[in-house]
Formats: sequence, C-alpha cells, structure tokens
Amino acid sequence: MRGQEARDQAERKAAMATLAQSSGDDIVRLWNEAGLPSQAELLRGPETGLVTLRGRIGGGGAPFNVGEATVTRATVRLPSGQVGHCYALGRDKQKAKLAAIADALWQDPARRAEVEIRLIAPLRSALATAHEKRRAETAATKVDFFTMVRGED
Amino acid sequence: MDIAAQSIEGGFADPVFNAQTVFRAIMDAMARPGSVQPLPALARPPSPLSGTAGAVALALCDNDTPLWLDPALHASAAIVSWLGFHTGAPLANTAADAHFAFVAAPAEMMALDGFSQGTQDYPDRSTTLILQVGDLTSGAPLLLEGPGIETSAKIAPAQMPRHFIEQWKQNMKRFPRGVDIILATADGIACLPRTTRIKTMEA
Amino acid sequence: MYVAVKGGEAAIANAHGLLADRRRGDRSVPALRLDQIVEQLALGVDRVMSEGSLYDRELAALAIVQARGDMIEAIFLVRAYRTTLPRFGYSEPIDTGTMLVERRVSATYKDLPGGQLLGPTFDYTHRLLDPELAAGADVAEPLQRETEAQAMPRVSAILAREGLIEPDGEMPGDHVPGDITREPLEFPMARDIRLQALSRGDEGFLLALGYSTQRGYARNHPFVGEIRIGEVELELDVPELPFAAPLGTVRVTECQMVNQFKGSAKAPPQFTRGYGLVFGQSERKAMAMALCDRALRASELGEDIVAAAQDEEFVISHSDNVQATGFVEHLKLPHYVDFQAELDLVRRMRAEYEARENPAKAEEKREAAE
Repeated sequence: MRGQEARDQAERKAAMATLAQSSGDDIVRLWNEAGLPSQAELLRGPETGLVTLRGRIGGGGAPFNVGEATVTRATVRLPSGQVGHCYALGRDKQKAKLAAIADALWQDPARRAEVEIRLIAPLRSALATAHEKRRAETAATKVDFFTMVRGED
Repeated sequence: MDIAAQSIEGGFADPVFNAQTVFRAIMDAMARPGSVQPLPALARPPSPLSGTAGAVALALCDNDTPLWLDPALHASAAIVSWLGFHTGAPLANTAADAHFAFVAAPAEMMALDGFSQGTQDYPDRSTTLILQVGDLTSGAPLLLEGPGIETSAKIAPAQMPRHFIEQWKQNMKRFPRGVDIILATADGIACLPRTTRIKTMEA
Repeated sequence: MYVAVKGGEAAIANAHGLLADRRRGDRSVPALRLDQIVEQLALGVDRVMSEGSLYDRELAALAIVQARGDMIEAIFLVRAYRTTLPRFGYSEPIDTGTMLVERRVSATYKDLPGGQLLGPTFDYTHRLLDPELAAGADVAEPLQRETEAQAMPRVSAILAREGLIEPDGEMPGDHVPGDITREPLEFPMARDIRLQALSRGDEGFLLALGYSTQRGYARNHPFVGEIRIGEVELELDVPELPFAAPLGTVRVTECQMVNQFKGSAKAPPQFTRGYGLVFGQSERKAMAMALCDRALRASELGEDIVAAAQDEEFVISHSDNVQATGFVEHLKLPHYVDFQAELDLVRRMRAEYEARENPAKAEEKREAAE
C-alpha cells in the first residue's frame, strides 16, 4: 500500500511537472479536443506572485538566493470533491486554473486514465520532442578533437 | 470534514478587497487606540481560531512573517495547515522569532517579554500579538492615554493576560522597543500600540 | 530666505506625452511586438531578467520597449514591478548537474565527460557586420546530431577526485541563506549574501572589476573550469502538497572559475574557486561574477586586501545599478534651495579670502559700498 502511494505521488508530480512546463495554448487546445470538464470552484487564485530561486555555492554547496521568478498558482475543487493545485512559472492565469483542474481530475480514479491519455501524454510527448531536438542541435556543436602531432612521449 | 478540506476552506472570498477592509480596520484601530473598529466575518478558520483573528492573519501574514501560536491553537493541525495554505507563513521556532503571535487563551499566555521586542535600530521587528478576547466591555476597565487619543479612552477587554497592567508598564519602559497588541472579538478589533499608556483605575 | 514653490505639472504631463511619441517613433514603421523582442533580442532580455532579478521574459521585453532600449531604465522598471507581487516562497536549490545543456565548455579539460559543446556562441565569429541580416535573409535550420544522452558532471567533480580543489562552498549546518531583498546589507557579509548581490549586480561594473583582477589588481590566476548554459527544473515546497511542486524550467548560466592558490596560513596550496550563477544566457556576467566572488574571498583565504575587487564594501555597495542610477540621476532634480545655501557660503568665503589676500582692495570695496 505504501509503495502504491509513493508511486501515485510520483505520477501525480510528473503530471503536474508536464502541465507546468507546457504552454497555456497547448493545454487549452488539448483540453477542448478531449472535451474535459472545466467547471470547478476556485478556492484560491489564480494569482501571480514570486518565488525566490535558489542555487548552490559552487554548484553543490550551501544554498543561496539568486533572484525571483513570477509564478502563478491556483487551487480548485471539483463538484465531485477532489481538490487540485497548480503552481507554474509565468503569469498565465488560465493555464494555472486548467492545470489545477487537471490535477483534481487526475485524483479522481474514474478520470485519471482520461487525463493521462488525452492531456498529459500528448503534452509530454511534445515536450520530449522539443527536448530531444534541442539536445541534438547542441550535440551538433560538440567539438571532436583530432590529434595532429604526437610529441616524443 | 478532514484536515485537508478544512485547511483550504474559509479564506477571503475576495482577496484584494477583503484584505483592504481588514487592513483599514487595523490601521484605524492602531491610529486611535482603544477605539473599536467593527469587522464583518470575512474568514472562516478552523476553531478555536476566531473569524476575526483569522481575517487579521490573512491580511497581515505572508511567507516573510513567522507565526507563533499559543498551545490552544498550536494543538490544532487544521489551524496550522489553514494558516499555511492561506498565508504561506512559516511557524516560528520560538516566540522570540515571531513577527505575529496568535493567542486564543490570553489569560493563560506567556509573559509579553517572551516575544520579540525589536532592537534599538529596528524596533519594528517586534512581535505583534493578536489576542482573542470575548468582548471589550466585561473585563477590568483600562483607561488609555497617549498618541492618537484626544483625552482618554476606555476599554474593558475580557480574559486579559495575568498582571497585564504591570506587564504593559514594563513594555512601555522598553520603548522604542516593545510589542503591539490587537484585541480581536467576534465582531471587531481594538488595538494597544506600544505608545499607549494605561492609567491605573483606582477602585 | 526659504521660499517653497511648486509647479511644472503641465510640463511634466506634456513631457511624458512627448516621451510616448518619441518612443513610438515614425508611425510608418511597424510597432515592435513583445514576442519579437523575446525571440530576437533574447540576450538583452536575459540581462534585464538577471539584473532586474526577476525571471519573466515577457515582462523584461515590455520593460525594454517602455525604456526605449535603455537597459538600466528597463532593469529599474522590472525591479519596481517585482515589489508589487506577494512572495510564495523560496525554491528548492536548483541542480545544475541535471541541466538540459545548451552550451558547455571547459578551458581546463579538453576531454571532460559529456564533451565540449559550443552551443549558440559568438566565440570564433569574425565580428564582421552581416549585411544579409540587415536584409532579413532566411536562416537555415540548425544541424542535428543523433547521440546518446550523456551525463555531464560539473567539472569541479573531476578536479575533486585528485583532492587538489577545495570543495563546494559550505556554510554552517544551521545557516539560513541571507536575503538582501529582506534584510539591509551589513558588512562583512557571508558568501551566500554576496553571491545574491553579485548575481543581480551590474554587468559592466563586475566586468571591469573582473578585468582589473586579471591585470594585476588582486591577481588570482583564473581558468574557466566550466561554463554551462541550459535549462534546469525548479521546484517549490508548499504545505498543501506531499511533494515539492514542480514549477517548470528556467534557463541559467553557471561559471566555475578555477584559481591557482599558493596557500596561506589558513589553507594549503590548492585550486580555489569562484562561482557565478546568472539568469538566462549571460556568459560574460557569470564569468565576471565568478572572478569577483573569488577576489572577495580574500580574507576568508588569508590573502592581503590590496585591490578594489577584494574590497567587499566597495564592490557590493556599488554593484547595484538601480541604486547607483538613482543616486547619480537624482542630482538633476531641483536642488535650488541647497544651491542657494552653497552660493551664500562661497560668496562669504570669497569675501574673506579677498580680505586676507588684498586688505587694501577689500577696504576700498567696502568703502565704495558704503
């Protein structure tokens, strides 16, 4: 049971990460295509605020504050009772609200598969494609060293 | 209702305007010590945190203001998570680290000098205490004088801390350091800023 | 006598109207859109985000347009905007080791794991102005190379294996990172606070100071151990979730400067490090930050403080261009009363001077006046 709970949390977090990284336009488009319900009671937000971004000294040492980033958050409750949250970089309030509803729907066992398949999976695949393209473009700029002359020893 | 549900219910219905209403009431009450500023029930926190004290928390507290809760409030996980969800404020490690302290049972509270008194350079860093009192008329009468009071003002808050008048004298002696107090009843607030003197009422 | 005056309201309103007109310029030229600035002036946007200390591309682009391209004014606008927002909290520290790398070079190791990735760099360009760009020619899609994803450990991990480099900067266990947006600056300051100030510091100022260390003012013999640019994931711990909330990704530039150090009473001979971490693609700034960070560690490492770049109060007090421009630019605002007082003072001093230097003439003047 405990293992199942941990897996559920990891999957929920992964879904939230996908939503946070995706653009509001993509989420709206897939939402409409999937015909997902968007009625929900807003318990908080959507509201924009700041998160102070922390780094580590030397990359892996003690934390320090680098600067702030805009973040928009929302908390909603579905008519069926599930409460969903969203925190995402930027100031897109509609995205935050839909992502919070998606998180709430995801917690409804009857809805989870639909949200995963119709919304999260296409978003995740688009992100992976973009990610892979960026990596391949960067890889093309990798320096291949050739040995011209080898010294005496 | 489970704790998770309780902790997200009962915030401001209209965050901007509700916060402004509460802030205005606190500002007026601080500017005119002893005056009672009515406050509608804008927040519904889990009991025993009162609606008025909860509204003060939502208006004043945020991620940068560590909170201290008295044992009656601290014992409630629902209150701790309600404040966490709606204000983002962390709990202070000790009373002396708190920017705001919420007290449901003032008659049993620790001494005022246990809270942050601020420093000579930054007297604003002292703790602001929010005391939940039953009313402002049935307790021992306090005759108030000082800035913001034309001649004198009188309130009689119920269930005040023990030896309050003596403690308040000590608080005044620390000026410019010292705590400020917001008294919250079910339907309004009154304030005792550190500049207010309490004249002892001889029987 | 002191005479209080007021006025200029209409002049100010008209000046702002004129500013709006000049900002828009020739109406037959299409107005700039924010997405054009975000896409095509991306490094300017990154500079405004880094020194404005607010990660939001669109707001930085808006600030650049509103400021007519005046970067310090744009940074000022962003700083002002961020004060209007509530703060949700402090993120979990980012892990640059898991970055989606877009550029990564090391000047110390040719064959470091993951390799040298030049990315979109100005290095090795000929710095010749390109007339084709002026003509708006089409740009080809970049080449792609299929490779297995490779882990890219930070270079510090490689040197650490030999035991010749100091560890990542640690603080005492119970240390809470300081925050200059909440607490006033106090000197001397801990390294974490200094790094926050440097990360939002003026690029030009830090660049000049970094350059000064190379020219012998606080020489510390630097090598670029590694520069990496790319996106890292950001997370925030919130009470309502049982895990840290994922927020999305931000692009940052990290510079590990490695410095030879001959040792002192406080530390053995080894390589020491300066660290730079900046929003966006801001390589020059990250390098300058790392050079200044290292120079400012002089007293920690037992070095003599002999140069400006090592003087913490000097560097940190003057690195913020919003503060600097505020104090310099306020000089142009009316100082009529101050100046009257000065004028009076100088007249009196001059009269005394003349009386001292040339008593006869001063006497004549006095008599003539009578």
